[in-house]
Amino acid sequence: MKIVSLNGLLGYGYSIESLEKIKAMDIDYIGVDGGSSDPGPFYLGNGTSFTNRDAVKRDVELVLPYAVERKIPLIIGTAGGSGGNAHVQWMREIIEEIAKEQGLGLKIAIIQSEVTKEYVREKMCVGKIKNIGPGLELTREIIDQCNRIVSQIGIDPYIKALESDADVILAGRSCDTAIFAAPAIKAGMDWGLAFHMAKIIECGALCAIPMAAADMIVADIEKESFTLEPANPVRRCTIERVAAHTMYEQTNPYYIYEPDGIIDLKKSQYEQISNRAVRISNSKFREAGIKTLKLEGTMLVGYRTITIAGINDPMTIKRIDAIFSEVKEFIAGNMAGKIGSDEYTITLRKYGEALPGSIPQSIPNCNLGIILDVVAKSQDIANTICALARARLLHKDYQGRKSTAGNLAFPYSPSDIVCGPVYTFGIYHLAEVDDLCETSEINYVKVGE
Amino acid sequence: MTRLIDLAAILRSKNAGPLFVTFDVIFDNQKNYERVKKSGVLTKELIADIYDVDANNVSIIMYHIVTSLKITIPRKEISGSILDADIYGCQQHVPLSNVMIP
Repeated sequence: MKIVSLNGLLGYGYSIESLEKIKAMDIDYIGVDGGSSDPGPFYLGNGTSFTNRDAVKRDVELVLPYAVERKIPLIIGTAGGSGGNAHVQWMREIIEEIAKEQGLGLKIAIIQSEVTKEYVREKMCVGKIKNIGPGLELTREIIDQCNRIVSQIGIDPYIKALESDADVILAGRSCDTAIFAAPAIKAGMDWGLAFHMAKIIECGALCAIPMAAADMIVADIEKESFTLEPANPVRRCTIERVAAHTMYEQTNPYYIYEPDGIIDLKKSQYEQISNRAVRISNSKFREAGIKTLKLEGTMLVGYRTITIAGINDPMTIKRIDAIFSEVKEFIAGNMAGKIGSDEYTITLRKYGEALPGSIPQSIPNCNLGIILDVVAKSQDIANTICALARARLLHKDYQGRKSTAGNLAFPYSPSDIVCGPVYTFGIYHLAEVDDLCETSEINYVKVGE
Repeated sequence: MTRLIDLAAILRSKNAGPLFVTFDVIFDNQKNYERVKKSGVLTKELIADIYDVDANNVSIIMYHIVTSLKITIPRKEISGSILDADIYGCQQHVPLSNVMIP
């Protein structure tokens, strides 16, 4: 069976050549990953996508009529960039808009995978929340502060949705692999091969030469092996590229951790079967005794205002840390009784300094880029502290100063940039589950006709 | 002595989820891969030292299929936290690049 991965991320684009190529093939499923936590916590927290609406719409509207006409299910995972209910809704509206514009009648299976704070509290009470790494301990207070929590669903909800006759499967936060492994496993393919295939193709043609997250890859999975070949004739897959991609952004190149178990790649075989295609076999699935779902939750930690500037004077650059310390003291004293120093965090980010571990070399006269970064309890406080710090930094006098007109070169007017709400990850943990569908809900909607 | 980056074909860092940064050092020939492996220079202690993390949390895995090695460390600042300066973790490779290999 043939599964197409449209690209590494919905909205990244793909070539028309690839689209024409797959139209000439006998394709069973088309899948695409719609999101990632890589761009940081803001998007999950804020309920908005890091992908661009027009670019996402383009990627769907070119392929959707073909998929509907040929009855090839289109599977979209982690919709809207972060896969919360608001993100799924955003993606649903784009699909409905396309259906209306093109006069398409279609059925959408919508899988939501947000969880409530109560769900996480109950899991924690019975000791079923596990840490993934050091540095993030879950507490009741953190759960209370989270504004949105999603679960990364595995293949089970997808398989349920695929058993309907839906034209589009639109899912919330998912394991990237679930999108592509689910149809293969539903068709009775080997779990180890299905997940290994899914892990590679979820990034689109990133495993090809020339590498591109913005193009399609075609996987052909059979009982004993699967084959990867880029749709676009200008690209090809090689053993080295494919094997190297298997290790990409994973903590371990030999094991892939999934809700159902572990994929063991230690004995995987890679074979170059043509100039453009690689065949892979012998990847093994080992079922876990305890099934787990990864939870991601964000919390609002404040509001940010920044100022970007350059410092060209070497005398100022040399004293910048001392100057900044004085600026912080000045602000605390100046706002005493009005704004407490626990109500904001002020950071000076410096760009252009020598890095730790760098090899000494003679540096020509160069400037230092700075960002004055303020995160505070409210936007008003952030604006106030940033304005005070910017003015003080600009005019701060120091012993031996000769450039007494100002210390900062501002590239912009206004100098202060309001960045809005700031979120951080509060939850990034595993929840032990009895039922891998317990965090998800499937609804079917009909559009157009 | 040669810098690690001068022996590697690819040397990159990338976030692996919001809690970890992972480094891939990929060689395009067996000779350089074996030289780095046999040198014994790249230890958990060295990585812990240059990235200021606990050695117990450092993972180093040789990945012979593509003559490469993978090093994973916890992030000092979780992705996107107030003090984080590299959300994707893709500019964290430079101290590792400069490790000298005999």
